[in-house]
Amino acid sequence: MAFFKGFGSSVPDHVVGNAEMSALTGSPVAWIENVSGITERRFAAENESVADLAVAAASACLTRCGLDASSLGMILVASGTAGRRFPGPALTVAQRLGLSGPPALDLPLPSAGSIVALALASRLAAEYGNILVIGAEKMSPVLALPPVEPGVAVLFGDGAGACIVSASGGIAEILDSAFYSDGAFAEDLRLEFDSPLKMNGRSVIMQASRKIPRVIQEVLERNRVAPADVDTFLMHQANQNLIDGVAKSLGVPSARFYSNIRHYGNTSAASMLIAAAEWAQTGGFRSGTPVVFAGFGAGFHCGALLARGV
Amino acid sequence: MPEQLASRISTIITKVAQRPVDIGPDESLFDSGLLDSFALPDMVSALEQEFGIQVPDSDLTPRKFESISSIERYIESRR
Repeated sequence: MAFFKGFGSSVPDHVVGNAEMSALTGSPVAWIENVSGITERRFAAENESVADLAVAAASACLTRCGLDASSLGMILVASGTAGRRFPGPALTVAQRLGLSGPPALDLPLPSAGSIVALALASRLAAEYGNILVIGAEKMSPVLALPPVEPGVAVLFGDGAGACIVSASGGIAEILDSAFYSDGAFAEDLRLEFDSPLKMNGRSVIMQASRKIPRVIQEVLERNRVAPADVDTFLMHQANQNLIDGVAKSLGVPSARFYSNIRHYGNTSAASMLIAAAEWAQTGGFRSGTPVVFAGFGAGFHCGALLARGV
Repeated sequence: MPEQLASRISTIITKVAQRPVDIGPDESLFDSGLLDSFALPDMVSALEQEFGIQVPDSDLTPRKFESISSIERYIESRR
């Protein structure tokens, strides 16, 4: 058995509105909002790293959980924009939290990285105790690389989200999870070294629209939970239109899908946990009610996790 | 009959796009502005229903659903 202890997040102070992105990319302000649902995003300062964002989210999470870093048995950090090839940000996070010894591992998975890390943590918690899961991204330098791709650059933002998964009780029990990988479309969403993000948007939408509802349905059916009985869906905040499409496929109102993409854009591996942290602050889990987490991203990797408030 | 097939495909596109199909069979449904990326999954679902086929993930590529002609070729290949 595994449980969520709590969540935390951190986003940079600098707010970048659509007018600023329009000036940078040439994309009209109204078009940006129409195709993505995004009105603003946060960009980190030049000297602010993925690890800095991750540490800030981790600290917020530990505070909310009332835990000391010394209680952690493992750290998992998902990011597609780590500042160097190795070592990754997980070790920096561990070191800055004062930890030496517990495994601190990186998952170089953007977008779906946090759902994969959560699913792994739920399986490892019995052996490692409290596991700190972080999704952290600094997309802004990638977006600025020439040639700037207007349809891509407007979609993303920077930030970090975190949670603690534990075997020793918490605010919600993790009931089940599933995750899959399909390398057939690896070229359709990729980030080469020192190159802008390459995205075949239509392919991403087609695959995501099929794979996300399917993996959610799988986890729900296995646990005899109907989509209509799910209290809240916390999905990777990729695009409001995609979130609406997944809701439609599952036959539930879009309002069941917590959304903050309007204010942060797509923060890739960080987005689902930033959303979860905000959602938790505004009420969060209710006793006995199911909540679904879901993610999808480059690879393509996808996954879903079912939890229930205790 | 190919004409009937194209007509059935056009009917589906009209429903999904919520406007008449006013482009040629080889013109891009997307570049012409008739459909956007987010209408694509709806169109594929409607095609699956109409023609009683299941489009596997490996066939879910934009090129196969780019135009009425390409959709026609795909449907014929699945029959």
